Amino acid sequence: MATVDGSPYGPRVGVSPPGAGQPAELRLRPPRHEVDPRAVRYWTALALVIVVPPVLTLALLTALIPPARLWLGLSLALVALPGVAYVLVMPRWRFRVHRWEVTDQAVYTASGWFWQKWRIAPMSRIQTVDTVRGPLLRMFGLSAVTVTTASAAGPIRIGGLDHRIAEDLAQWLTAATQRTEGDAT
Amino acid sequence: MTGDEEEWRRLDPRMAAANLRWLAVPLVPAAVGALWKGGRFDPEFLITLAILTAVFVLVTIADVVRCRSTRYRLTPDRVELRSGVFVRRVRSVPRERVRSVDLTAHPWHRVLGLSVVRIGTGASTGSGEDSELVLDAVSHAEAALLRRELWERRPGVAGGPSGGAGPAGSAGWPTRSGGPAGETAPTTWRGDGLLAGWDHRWLRYAPLSIWSLAWVGVLVGAAERAFRIFGVELWQSDFIAEAWRTFRSVPLWLGIAAVLAVVVVIGSLGSLAVTAETWWGYRLEREPDGTLRVRRGLLTTRSVSLEERRLRGVEFVEPLFLRWGRGARVNAVAVGLGANSDDERSKSDALLPPAPKAEAQRVVVEVLREAHPPTTVPLRPHPRAALGRRLRWVVWWTVPPVLVLAVLGLWLTPVLLHLAWITAVIVIPVGVAAAVDAARSLGHAIHGRYLVIRSGTAQRRTVALRRDGVIGWTVSRSVFQRRAGLITLVATTAAGPGSYAVRDVELGTGLAYAEQAVPGLLAPFVETRGREVVGAGR
Repeated sequence: MATVDGSPYGPRVGVSPPGAGQPAELRLRPPRHEVDPRAVRYWTALALVIVVPPVLTLALLTALIPPARLWLGLSLALVALPGVAYVLVMPRWRFRVHRWEVTDQAVYTASGWFWQKWRIAPMSRIQTVDTVRGPLLRMFGLSAVTVTTASAAGPIRIGGLDHRIAEDLAQWLTAATQRTEGDAT
Repeated sequence: MTGDEEEWRRLDPRMAAANLRWLAVPLVPAAVGALWKGGRFDPEFLITLAILTAVFVLVTIADVVRCRSTRYRLTPDRVELRSGVFVRRVRSVPRERVRSVDLTAHPWHRVLGLSVVRIGTGASTGSGEDSELVLDAVSHAEAALLRRELWERRPGVAGGPSGGAGPAGSAGWPTRSGGPAGETAPTTWRGDGLLAGWDHRWLRYAPLSIWSLAWVGVLVGAAERAFRIFGVELWQSDFIAEAWRTFRSVPLWLGIAAVLAVVVVIGSLGSLAVTAETWWGYRLEREPDGTLRVRRGLLTTRSVSLEERRLRGVEFVEPLFLRWGRGARVNAVAVGLGANSDDERSKSDALLPPAPKAEAQRVVVEVLREAHPPTTVPLRPHPRAALGRRLRWVVWWTVPPVLVLAVLGLWLTPVLLHLAWITAVIVIPVGVAAAVDAARSLGHAIHGRYLVIRSGTAQRRTVALRRDGVIGWTVSRSVFQRRAGLITLVATTAAGPGSYAVRDVELGTGLAYAEQAVPGLLAPFVETRGREVVGAGR
């Protein structure tokens, strides 16, 4: 891969300089890499875990308690409709947003859906690099890489990577942070 | 025992005497109860008393055992603490990591000449117990010696930030060299002595604390609980009944005014007492060993010292009422002090109690060694859209409840209807005022080596954060913010609560600000609008 700097995870083409003097023109570009397409299924599963239990409970109650059917049915609709929308929309929306990129200088991620977040941490301030494989992530052959800095604001997480890519990335990051001087505070 | 040359030291044996204070817990209610009931105890009370006594005798024994089993020592590069009886626990912290030393002496400690030493290690993960080593308790002299030893014989200080935690840009970190050269080089560390001292007139700010009102609740709750122990139901006592009758007999407005007056008076006295207890004898000093030291306290004395090279800025706090009284507080933003609770009594990052604004600005200047306080520079206001968002929040949080009340009122009872219009008349203007004030508070600027960020209305905070203390950026945006063209730009840092947010700033302005604050970090990921998205191809 031909990248500007040494990092195989960096931008492919030249770096676009910010247009100085016209601050209103600036915006963040999306990070270079998408997450694994299997992440959509993973997020769908996650959404189902949240949505299914209350919907199922209400559906059962509606079926079993005829006198309260009207109210239970109404609340079922009230829970199920947004639930279905969430299961259908959230994973696809997330997939369009979630991206990541690692250059020689920094880790750059985009995440979220309704509330979106772009995080940047310079290589010199990274303290630890971990790969995380929860049971649900593993079912889809995915891993997450978490990068912590000295800030109490929480780690940067690159979720939904193919586990081999995640492993390589974590290794590369660990080596890169060791190469970079700095004490991370 | 290891074969090291440094000796293990013990806690002070007088601690055993201090433990006797626990016996007061069952004894005082017994005495008071005896007086109250004329010496006749009912069995229920006796059982309560017996259980209390047993519990506190056990607590005393446990405390004595803890005291006897704790050992600590300072080796040339580590602080070590061994404790525990059944489970031996050894904690060893590099002296390099010691971030604050806090000496506290409660009244019973002071009588016995003891101090509790808390050594803050700023462990970024664990909290509470894990982030500090506690020596409870050693003699005053030993505590003072420990404090001096901990700061003085540190490896790495003489050589400046060679220990690796220097505030002045570590290698590889893009720092603009525009800042004053030399920065806080260790060679300039000198004991400047007293930076600020207590002034009795500052007590006038005490009642302006939000806590004033809370104090009434606390007092009433405590009294109720205490009376219940003796089997007296406060709410059914003659005193309350009498008060209620009086309240009913006078006109309503007079009754409400009287209750308000009582609440305000009790609240003011309460917070006056707490402020005096917490801040009496306050002194802020710069010590020759490169630490800032705050000493304070009337009955419980406290001395907090923190290393200056861990300082990443200051926070200038103006709570709502204090702002009306033209006062402000100052907090330190330091690595390892962590996110403190807002409880004034336990805070270790407080540098100045509520004091006149001019004094607060002077302390900021002294602490940061700047010619001009960064916390007073003119800030760039945020766009009108930020005000719009705040006004919409007010509408969302007030109109639906009022409507619900009104509908229920029409349907059920006119009382709710009255409640609805009273709520609307009071809550909506207050909300709108708060929204306008919150929007006006928003602002950001760059002043020399500092980022200056302000926000908040109930607690307006102006933080001056060193630009080289920024260890990353987070940009967040909700769908609503996107429509308004706004972002929330968060500077992450190792100090204080870990992040400081520039809320609701225009996208372009915010990105330019971040880039100006820490040149080179954001630039590779920023593009000019309309250009081909770089590197986004799959």
